[in-house]
Amino acid sequence: MRVVAREGPRVVLAVLGVAVVVWLVIKAAQGGSTFLQVTLNGITLAALYFVVAAGFTLIFGLMRVVNMAHGSLYLFGGYLAYVAQTHWYSGGTSQFQLGPTNNIGVMGFFVPLVFATFVIGLVGLGIQQLFLRWNQGQDLRQALITIAISVIFADQMIAHYGGVVESIQAPTSWPSSILIGSFRYPFFRVVVVLGAALLIGLLLFLLIRRTLFGMIVRAGVDDRAMLSALGVNVQLVFAGAFFIGAMLAGLAGVLGGTMISVGPGLDTQFLLDALIVVIIGGMGSLPGAAIGALALGLVQSYSTIYLHFGSVNLTNYGILASFVLVIAVLAVRPLGLFGRPA
Amino acid sequence: MSAVANAAAAKRSGPDAVTIGGWALLAVVGVVLLIAPAIFDSYWVSQILTQALWLGIAAVSLTFLNRYGGMVSLAQVAIYGVAGFAMANVVHTLNSEGGLNLGWTPWLGVAFGIGVAVLVGLLFGAIASRSYGIYFLMITLALSLFVFYFFGQVTQLSGFGGVRSVSRPGLVGDTITHPTPLYYVCLGCSVAVYALLRYVVRTPFGVALQGVRDDPERMRSLGYNVPLHRTLAFTLGAFVAAIAGILSVWFDTQISPGSIDITQTIAVLIIAVIGGLSRLEGAWLGAIAYAVINYYARQHTPTLGLWLNPGRFATIIGIVFLLIVLLSPDGLIGIGGKIRRAIGRRYGGGGARPAESEEAGAGEQAEVPAAAGTPASGTRGGLNQRRA
Repeated sequence: MRVVAREGPRVVLAVLGVAVVVWLVIKAAQGGSTFLQVTLNGITLAALYFVVAAGFTLIFGLMRVVNMAHGSLYLFGGYLAYVAQTHWYSGGTSQFQLGPTNNIGVMGFFVPLVFATFVIGLVGLGIQQLFLRWNQGQDLRQALITIAISVIFADQMIAHYGGVVESIQAPTSWPSSILIGSFRYPFFRVVVVLGAALLIGLLLFLLIRRTLFGMIVRAGVDDRAMLSALGVNVQLVFAGAFFIGAMLAGLAGVLGGTMISVGPGLDTQFLLDALIVVIIGGMGSLPGAAIGALALGLVQSYSTIYLHFGSVNLTNYGILASFVLVIAVLAVRPLGLFGRPA
Repeated sequence: MSAVANAAAAKRSGPDAVTIGGWALLAVVGVVLLIAPAIFDSYWVSQILTQALWLGIAAVSLTFLNRYGGMVSLAQVAIYGVAGFAMANVVHTLNSEGGLNLGWTPWLGVAFGIGVAVLVGLLFGAIASRSYGIYFLMITLALSLFVFYFFGQVTQLSGFGGVRSVSRPGLVGDTITHPTPLYYVCLGCSVAVYALLRYVVRTPFGVALQGVRDDPERMRSLGYNVPLHRTLAFTLGAFVAAIAGILSVWFDTQISPGSIDITQTIAVLIIAVIGGLSRLEGAWLGAIAYAVINYYARQHTPTLGLWLNPGRFATIIGIVFLLIVLLSPDGLIGIGGKIRRAIGRRYGGGGARPAESEEAGAGEQAEVPAAAGTPASGTRGGLNQRRA
């Protein structure tokens, strides 16, 4: 009986996993080009999720702070870049002008991107210094503080930017799509976002593994008190990590605002995505964030297309696929794939 | 001393013991609530008191889970949404606006809604019960958002318009013309829920649950099934939240994904925190404070450009919540305790009854000086527990 109770969920999950793989193989055999496109959708979505979740997990790994305002920083970054672009580069007098805008040069994309990323980093640093620094270790209280900040941010963003859904323009000189095999695929998604995610992943890996700062961060993850006793200014390291983590949220906001859109409600959506990614991958783990993002992106992408069974259309229920993914991981590993006890 | 005995000792003399003054206060509040429809105008009864009572039931499910199970759950609003949507879909809706409109009788719908919500609560509890502290908070927030997006995307059950004009049983009737019946229904449910929770925490299950809260490792080694206790407590919390969900649909006559979004999740959290997470009564106190702030903020908020105006209710609630978490994590009841301690310190100390928080903390946190001078007291149910 006990064996059944312990192994039962795993058997069910294994059967479920095999069924999903078989289903996808059948779909791939039926329409190779569609399947490839859906897979690319999933991978590029995963790239965006990785950039969001990397900042989230970096902050948690070092400081044990669950930054519930991460989704707000993401959306605020998108809005900042959008406003900067419309004000500085398209000569528009109104904040939200309709219709196609003027030509956007490469600088017209990158200056707002850098501006928004940097400002969001500063906003995150401000939140950490004002609200989180002095109650280090009270992780539940810190989470509630960031929840309160996210509510204020969400409401203020609706007040200032309205309920209209906008998107940031990529440089006009860039191609809108490129030819992959037999079909055309959006250039920005597959080259810029995927490239940015890979580059950020590589840079973070080098930062954590090869630099003095990374060495201090890794030591801080293991034993903050000892690190502090060794004479390292831990507060400075915390501030630096929070700045970088928030910057990643802002950068992801600009990329997501170009790839998809900026609009109200996306803060909650990306907070949920970041939470799922780190719940799957394990809090505080960068490889975990990469794997979690890939799993979530693919599951979301496949479930919006392939939940047709004959005439029964279940794509409305796609959110349940992500839910099952979370349950499946938590049933086997309560701390996520790469998680380890605090 | 085992964790169970610890909790049992705390039960006899601890924070749950109601003093004579407490009984007197309870009696006064009870009488005022009973005759409220006669002394307040109907707007106050329907919009503030009735709303506060059902919001209090939703919040008390969270207070119970935190106070006795050590679980800060953000899934309570999602669960009451499940109950509300389940009922709204199966009962008759007047103009067939949204939902399945199966035409069941209202009471059958109530039973179905609560049943579905309890099953969902059991599932959610089983998923989250092996996580603690901040992980539990994160997982329950994710579950809550899943429910929100589920009802937003599944157009057969809701869609973004939600289910409108949900029919109510004859007992409740039309709340626009006669708000009093729903008020008494909410009052009765509140008293029943309060009595149920007070009873449960005194049963062997409730005492074991408090042992699990204090020291899961020790309880496990004593042979208790720790995840099972947490799961069952979560399911009980789901049952309470489901009652609030049914009442909320009767109150609003409709339910949409907007009524269970993250702002509402946080509103219920705020209510529980404003009232103080360490006492069950605090939930209703917080709910009244919330309903009053809600009412006056929408009318009397000064306008500061786009930053602040009567439409920015969420900003005000966020700032209030931020201030409470920053200044007094024990909420209004915590502020009361602080004042009592300050008075006690000033006038000889020994005379004043020590605040409940220190008594509760005496078991495990003996190393924390129980002196009144500590700025943030080591409240068992509060939010300022440090990680072990």
